[in-house]
Amino acid sequence: MMDNIPFLIFSFITILTALGTVTARNPVYSVLFLVLTFFALSGHYILLNAQFIAVVNLIVYAGAIMVLFLFVLMLLNLNKDSEAPRPWLWQISAALSAGMLLVVLAGSMREASLYLVKGGPEAGEIGLVKNLGKALFTEFVVPFEISSILFLAAMVGAVMIGKKEKQQA
Amino acid sequence: MDQALLIEKIILVLTMLGITLLIATYSTYAERKVAAFLQDRLGPDRAGPFGLLQPLADAGKMFFKEELIPAASEKWLFIMGPGIAMFTACMTGAAIPWGTELHIFGYTLNMQIADIDIGILYIIGFVSMGVYGIMIGGWASNNKYSLYGAIRASSQMISYELAMGLSIIAVVMMSGSLSLKEIAAQQSGMNWNVWYQPLGFVIFFTCALAECNRAPFDLPECETELIGGYHVEYSSMKLGFYLFAEYINMFISSAVIATLYFGGYNFPFQDMISSPALLGWLQFIALFAKIFFFIFVFMWIRWTLPRFRYDQLMHLGWKSLIPLAILNMVITAAVVIARNNGF
Repeated sequence: MMDNIPFLIFSFITILTALGTVTARNPVYSVLFLVLTFFALSGHYILLNAQFIAVVNLIVYAGAIMVLFLFVLMLLNLNKDSEAPRPWLWQISAALSAGMLLVVLAGSMREASLYLVKGGPEAGEIGLVKNLGKALFTEFVVPFEISSILFLAAMVGAVMIGKKEKQQA
Repeated sequence: MDQALLIEKIILVLTMLGITLLIATYSTYAERKVAAFLQDRLGPDRAGPFGLLQPLADAGKMFFKEELIPAASEKWLFIMGPGIAMFTACMTGAAIPWGTELHIFGYTLNMQIADIDIGILYIIGFVSMGVYGIMIGGWASNNKYSLYGAIRASSQMISYELAMGLSIIAVVMMSGSLSLKEIAAQQSGMNWNVWYQPLGFVIFFTCALAECNRAPFDLPECETELIGGYHVEYSSMKLGFYLFAEYINMFISSAVIATLYFGGYNFPFQDMISSPALLGWLQFIALFAKIFFFIFVFMWIRWTLPRFRYDQLMHLGWKSLIPLAILNMVITAAVVIARNNGF
C-alpha cells in the first residue's frame, strides 16, 4: 500500500486536472489544466522508470505545444461571452458519440495484450535513455524511420500552407 | 543510511537555494555597478560601505510598497504568475553538479542534488516551463501592453529553444551522455568542450540571452514600445519576483554554460593537487568563478548592445541560428563517426 501512494497522488491529480480541462468555462484555464495533466502524467512515467519519456513529454507537450495553444487563445481572447450557444440536440449527440468512443476504447483495451519487452536484467529499465535508444535503432528501426518521414511530410505541409496564405495576402 | 542521505540532500537543497537567492540578490547590485562603470558613473553608494546594503534596501522597499491588483484582472492567475516564474527559475539548479564532493568536518558531501540520467533535458524542460509565468502574468493583467509582452516572450522563447536544443545535441553527441555529471567529468583539466564546439557555444550563449529575456533580446519588456511589457500591472513584491526570477535564470544559465562548455568545476592543473579535501573546495570555487564571469558577460552585453527590433530577433533565431546549429550538429556527427571508426 505504501508503494502505491505516489501513484495514487499522481492519479488523483491527473483525473482532477483532466476534469478541469473539460469543465473549465474559460479556454485559457482549460489549457492550464491540461498543462497540469501533462505534469502529472510525467510523474507517472517517472514512477515507471521512464525518465526520458517523462522529460520529453514535458518539453514537447507542456513546454511547446501548450504554449502555442495558449498563444493562439490569448490572441483570440476567447472568454465566456464569446462562447457559442449550444442547443440541447448538440449536447445529447456529443455525449452519445463520446460515450461510444469510450466503449470502443475500453473494449479494445480489454482484449489487447500489451507488448512486453523481453525479460532479462534490463526489463524494468527500457525507459532509460540508453536502452530506449538501442531498442529504437535496432529492433524498431523501420517504424521509427517511417514515423520520422511522416513528421517531415507534416512539416513540409505546414510550410506549404503557410506560404500559400502569404501569396494571397 | 537512508535518513542520513535524506538529511544530506535537504541540507544541500537549502544551501544551494540560499546561495542562488543570495547571488541573484547581489546580481542586482552588480548590475547597477557594472552599468555605472560602463557609463562612467558611481552607481549605488549610499546604503552601507560601497552601497553594499542596497539590495536589502531595495527588497525592503518592495515589501512595503502598496500592492495593487487590477479590478479587471483574472485574480488567481495574476497572483500565480510571479510565483510560477520564481518556482521554475529555482527548480533548474537541482541537476547541476556544483562540484565533485566537499569535505566538511570529516563528512563527505556529494555536490549534486540529483544526478539524473537526463540532467540536461530536465533543465531544458524547466527552462521551457519558465514562459508560463510570463504568459499567465501578462494575460491575467488584462492589459494590452502586458499581453503584447507575454506574446512576444512566448514566441521568442519557443524560437530560441530550438537552436538551443540543437546546439546541446552536438555536445551530447560528443560526450555520449545526457547526464551533466558525466559531461562535466569528461572535461577534466583543460579538456573543455568549448575547444571542440566554439560555434555551438556561441549559439548556446545567444539563445541563453534570449531565454533569460536579457538585452539585447529583452523585447517582452521593451519600455519604448510596451511601457514595461508583461509586468506593467504588477507592483510591490510581485514585480520583485519577476525581476528576481530573471536574475536567478541568469545565474542558472551561467552555471549551465560553464558546465556544458567550460569544464564545469574542472580547472587547469587540478591533477597536481593531492589532497581531495582541498581539491573539492577549489573545484567549487572554480565553478563559481566561471559563473561570476558569465554573469558579468551577461551584464556587459546588456549595457553595450542596443535592443533588437522584433523582426530582427525572429530573423536571427530562425534564419541564422537554427541553420548554423544544424550545420554544427551535422559536422559534429560526422567527426564523431569518423573517430569511432578509427580515423
